[in-house]
Amino acid sequence: MTELPRSYADRDAVARSFDLFGFLSRYGTVIALVLLVAFNLAFTRNFATMQTLNVNLTQVCTIVIVAVGMTLVIATGGIDLSVGSLMAISGALAPMIFLGKILPIGSIYLNVAAAMIMSVLVAGLLGLFNGWLVARFRIQPIVATLVLFIAGRGIAQVMTNGNLQTFRVPEFQWIGLARPLDIPAQVIIMAVIVAAAAWALKKTLFGRCILAVGGNERASELAGIAVSRIKLAVYGISGLCAGLAGLIVIAINSSSDANLVGLGMELDAIAAVAVGGTLLSGGKATIVGTLLGALTIQLVRYTLLANGVPDAAALVVKAGIIALAVWLQQQHRG
Amino acid sequence: MNRARLVRIIGTYGVLIALAALVVFGFLRYDRFLSFYNVMTLLRYNSMFALVALGMCFVIMTGGIDLSVGSVAALGSVASALASPYGIVPGLAAGIGAGLVAGLINGILVTRANLMPFIATLATMQAASGSALLLAGNQTVSVSYESGFTAIGQGSLWTFPIPAAIAALAYLTGSLVLNYTGTGRAVLAIGGGEDASRLMGLRTDRVKSLVYLASGGLAGLAGVILASQFGAGQPIEGVGWELFAIAAVVVGGTLLTGGSGSVVTTLAGVLLLGILFNVLNFENGMGWISLSAYWQSVIRGLFLLTVVLLQARLTRRRLGAL
Repeated sequence: MTELPRSYADRDAVARSFDLFGFLSRYGTVIALVLLVAFNLAFTRNFATMQTLNVNLTQVCTIVIVAVGMTLVIATGGIDLSVGSLMAISGALAPMIFLGKILPIGSIYLNVAAAMIMSVLVAGLLGLFNGWLVARFRIQPIVATLVLFIAGRGIAQVMTNGNLQTFRVPEFQWIGLARPLDIPAQVIIMAVIVAAAAWALKKTLFGRCILAVGGNERASELAGIAVSRIKLAVYGISGLCAGLAGLIVIAINSSSDANLVGLGMELDAIAAVAVGGTLLSGGKATIVGTLLGALTIQLVRYTLLANGVPDAAALVVKAGIIALAVWLQQQHRG
Repeated sequence: MNRARLVRIIGTYGVLIALAALVVFGFLRYDRFLSFYNVMTLLRYNSMFALVALGMCFVIMTGGIDLSVGSVAALGSVASALASPYGIVPGLAAGIGAGLVAGLINGILVTRANLMPFIATLATMQAASGSALLLAGNQTVSVSYESGFTAIGQGSLWTFPIPAAIAALAYLTGSLVLNYTGTGRAVLAIGGGEDASRLMGLRTDRVKSLVYLASGGLAGLAGVILASQFGAGQPIEGVGWELFAIAAVVVGGTLLTGGSGSVVTTLAGVLLLGILFNVLNFENGMGWISLSAYWQSVIRGLFLLTVVLLQARLTRRRLGAL
């Protein structure tokens, strides 16, 4: 996130004249977030409560989890359109397992464990399939992941025959409903994933390789980086994240509807990544930025809704924010 | 025959061959496949997707992408439904006008603000969707049946469906523009190399604005047909249309990297994806298998997969990695 000045001349220039665009683009998301909170503290009633915080965090969780995987994919210069469909698949598969429709396991705990592991793994494997198309056949990521975007939701619908699966299984639903220490479980999961991914991207060899591949694929290959393996890994991780998010969504709803779980999620996640300051062309990425981006978009929506602006108008404003945020970042680069 | 030429031939005619094969298969297997009623229904229903895919094809040939077409079609359907009591022309104008405004905004965002097309049109998509809901007051808007507006979607011209005639006219125009006008050649030149085109003196920004404008207008027109055909402006329709259109363009052999493409094969791509669904219906009707409608997206996905794998094999050296 903090960037070294390109040269000493640059740094002198910055020292001499305050670079407004540079400042705005580097800290734009944080500034926007602070302004939004300040506005709400002043004008929205009952804003400074735990309930408001919890409502916003629980609503943003699944987007953040998916967007973390998306950030890694975008960092390599790719994109993953299939995440929403993968959520639907994992959301359709899990109840079939823990309701005992596939595997006749007696214990509910074993059932739930099998359901969680299997459905997230299946989503991860389908993510690997995306990566395989991109790495092995050099298919453009938009097209490669479009395949599962279209087929994935169909697979989920075929699995459930389009029916709503309802359930009341507390042993499973803790993932979306439990509140240890008064913090929603999915918020804790989100925090762990964000922390792990941020650490991996900044401090591990894997993370540096991801950025290298996104920065210059040819050079990375010549430098001895296993480009194909890195790509396989990021799409696999994106699939795992989507699978987990699918479980959280159905746990909150106490039901799984293959037609709706994760619908439009790919675009929400990409918007969060872009607003957060990750370059869509790859090579520069920030996980914390993605978190802030998702929070900003969520808070804009909340602010408008809490102040009586209809949801549809909030969509229009959200669109403006996305365009403005990305434009500001470009001024800095350009 | 050398490899490059083979690639070009399969890229150009592959989809046409596949389309012909599917039609022959359907004709031999099902009694009423080529019946007048079935063919006309197929054309009438797929004309909306055809219009959207035509705009998408032009955008993609410049190396861009337009994710907003689905929401813009929804917005167009609402706008035209609201204007439908005043007659056919106001209904058409409202729908196409709404689409043109969205396209204009896309063009400005891409050329003036230099946003990546993916992000710019993603933003417009949300804005158009919100505007459609606001205009419609969060519900579907019935069209007027007295003003003759429904003729655009439901009427026929000497037994040929009017929406299909509109689509055919649009494709003819698109094909002529692409192959015989300076603008058409500029579209391909920009997709091939934008900087080089600019240095050569092409007005790249103007051409790019034009393709987004056209894509928006065509999506708005698709919305008019949607409203007219189903009797209501539908603010939440059009979800996923953009990706379906991209799939049709890709199946038609147009590379997403821009610089090449064909209008005719895009139409073939749309028809191919449409007929796949039709064949599925007939197959169910024969009673040998029973596949729910949900299989259509699985089969379309598999089909897209086959096409992109074939393309990747044939054009590996040209395509490179994105």
